[in-house]
Amino acid sequence: MNRKDVLDLDDFSPEEIQLVFETADAMKEVLSRPIKKVPALRGKTVVILFYETSTRTRVSFELAAKNLSADVVNITAATSAVAKGESLVDTIRTLQALGADMIVIRHEQSGAPYLVAQHLSGSVLNAGDGWHAHPTQALLDMYTMREKLGRVADLSVVIVGDILHSRVARSNVWGLSKMGARVTLCGPPTLMPMLEKRGSISDLPEVRVEYDIDRALDGADVVMGLRIQKERQDGGLLPSLREYVQLYQLTQERIARAKPGALVMHPGPMNEGIEIAPDVARCSQSVIEDQVSNGVAIRMALLYLLAGYKGHQL
Amino acid sequence: MYELIVKNGRIIDPSQDMDVVGDLLIREGKIESIVPGGLNDARADCEARPSLDASGSIVCPGFIDLHTHLREPGYEEKETIATGTLAAAIGGFTTVCCMPNTNPAIDTLATIDHVRRAAEAMASIRVLPIAAITKKREGKELTEMGELARAGAIAFSDDGRPVPNSRIMRYALEYSRMHGRPIISHCEDIELAKDGVMNESVVAVKLGLKGIPAAAEDIIVAREIALLEAFGGRLHIAHVSSTGAVEMIRRAKEKGLALTAEATPHHLTLTEDWVAGQRGNWGLEFPYLGAMAPYNTDTKVNPPLRAAADARALIQGLVDGTIDAVATDHAPHTIVDKQCEYDQAEFGISGLETALASLMILVHRGEIDANLLVRKLTIGPARVMDLPFGTFKKGAPADVAIFNPDEEWTVEPGRFASKGKNTPLAGMRLRGKVVCTIVAGKVVYGERARGGMATRLETGQAVNVQ
Repeated sequence: MNRKDVLDLDDFSPEEIQLVFETADAMKEVLSRPIKKVPALRGKTVVILFYETSTRTRVSFELAAKNLSADVVNITAATSAVAKGESLVDTIRTLQALGADMIVIRHEQSGAPYLVAQHLSGSVLNAGDGWHAHPTQALLDMYTMREKLGRVADLSVVIVGDILHSRVARSNVWGLSKMGARVTLCGPPTLMPMLEKRGSISDLPEVRVEYDIDRALDGADVVMGLRIQKERQDGGLLPSLREYVQLYQLTQERIARAKPGALVMHPGPMNEGIEIAPDVARCSQSVIEDQVSNGVAIRMALLYLLAGYKGHQL
Repeated sequence: MYELIVKNGRIIDPSQDMDVVGDLLIREGKIESIVPGGLNDARADCEARPSLDASGSIVCPGFIDLHTHLREPGYEEKETIATGTLAAAIGGFTTVCCMPNTNPAIDTLATIDHVRRAAEAMASIRVLPIAAITKKREGKELTEMGELARAGAIAFSDDGRPVPNSRIMRYALEYSRMHGRPIISHCEDIELAKDGVMNESVVAVKLGLKGIPAAAEDIIVAREIALLEAFGGRLHIAHVSSTGAVEMIRRAKEKGLALTAEATPHHLTLTEDWVAGQRGNWGLEFPYLGAMAPYNTDTKVNPPLRAAADARALIQGLVDGTIDAVATDHAPHTIVDKQCEYDQAEFGISGLETALASLMILVHRGEIDANLLVRKLTIGPARVMDLPFGTFKKGAPADVAIFNPDEEWTVEPGRFASKGKNTPLAGMRLRGKVVCTIVAGKVVYGERARGGMATRLETGQAVNVQ
């Protein structure tokens, strides 16, 4: 992979995404070994810098780096000089001076990883920035689709929920479109970004927008729910969570409109009983836990490829 | 007493529909005459006078900026009257109207007096203070506008914010019937624009940034026009950026309402795509050095850079007279204010030193002609504020800008006289350069005389630029 950073999927080619998948296959094989550790990143320092709370993404990156024998340093905003008002740029300069080879960053503001990338000579991996991008999540989502359904191309993927504030949705739109899948976005209009005025040179890929969940789910191969945050109700974007549940919750009845065997996905953390019914989250079609497991393999693959390894043989 | 001749320039003075090659004669700080074809050099009285050779350059009245943030008092780390007015002189400006969003705000006789005295001591050019509409710019109570106008407030504005309360805005407009100075409105519906950092569009969706919809501007423009029509007064719309605003202002002018409007160089030449790192421009290729990363905070400005169609509507507005003036909205910030996450960065572009050259892109592309551009920088803004400048009529103060329309240069913010290095044009090659600026007959800036260094020249003395 001929790149310094992974910031978004908008600049990935389909071939590059395919290489990540194939490398992740090799990582899954490593993860199935009794001793699931390889020396690829021995002597490298990976800093995991999180300005937002996280369980799965942070632990997933940490395990991925440790499985590759990297030295891992965890920093959270609350326990660092950030709490004393240190700027992001100064934090990065400090970490650079301390010898960080790679930085995995999560930040609540869109675009922050781009600022980091400008000030770090090593690689930057975006672990989620604001509403903008969550490229490793989209890669592991697509990887899970490929694993369960055999392909990504030509799949009909429906993403339901708070699209406006979702970096997962945005990165999936980029990745899925590049891999030839068809994307439908579904949710209430106040949580749907304005996609109608197009024509700029900086546009997103074309997607279908559907406000009616029954129509959206018709014939879908993959149904992906997104977390609904309670603050959306307070901000006036939703009249009530109760109404959202009535209109958009993923229920068995609604999932039945999708193709038989359609996958049910969720990037987590879930609000069971809000955007997804508890029985749907645990049904046989649900691959939510596979997504989490695959996340480690995908992140190992990206760390490995960014470290300069070309192939996927270990 | 001194005299000066600016020789062999292309003299453009839109106030007299003049565009001739010739000599400009200055005596005692005033315009004496224009001699088409030039004086006979053999005349002894000519040889005795100091002269500037302006061959190949355009000689026009000095530019007037209706919208400058000089930051003093209170934000001297961003700009001072000394650095800001030197930047203005380098940009060809001979008069700037400075905005009152200082700390404290310019809302009392004491603060306006402070600015006037600081300008007398430090400024390279004329500084005309704008006072706040409301006390502390809080939108609640009117300032003592009558007294402030007598003390030299050239206009009133709470710039940076609208007057959110329609009743207070009504009173401000009504009060302006007495003092006659324009009420300058920063048109932004605060609630609709809340937390927004760029134009609301597919580009903002792509970048995951919160948008400021054009409707936030349009709503307040519509309100101001409705108030003006109902209650009278004198209204000026600052930094128009949306197609809707241009259309409403055009219709209001057709009705004969007393309003004027300005647009900035950046809204006329840049688009929201710049936020995404795309230094393209509605099909016009910009010459530039190096790529720009997305989320460059130097593209963050309020109102935000909008779509290509909006830039086109603004240019049309310049051409048909809907937009009276180009104003820079020069908004200098420190590197700390800008070198941070996009959401956290301050709004604003440092614009005085690049204004002419960036606008010349429109001239070189044939979108507008040089006469129109000069009009919008001289007599256009002079009429908005009812100033005696911006003209070469006999007896007018000899404020002159001399610029070479074809000279290419690279924008290097590190060399700006302004403390604000915040410009998305950094590294770009632009065509068109101010070479000399004269205020009341005194050279305050001369490109060749300064040996490449931005220094404040001795005022009160003619300098041989060649």
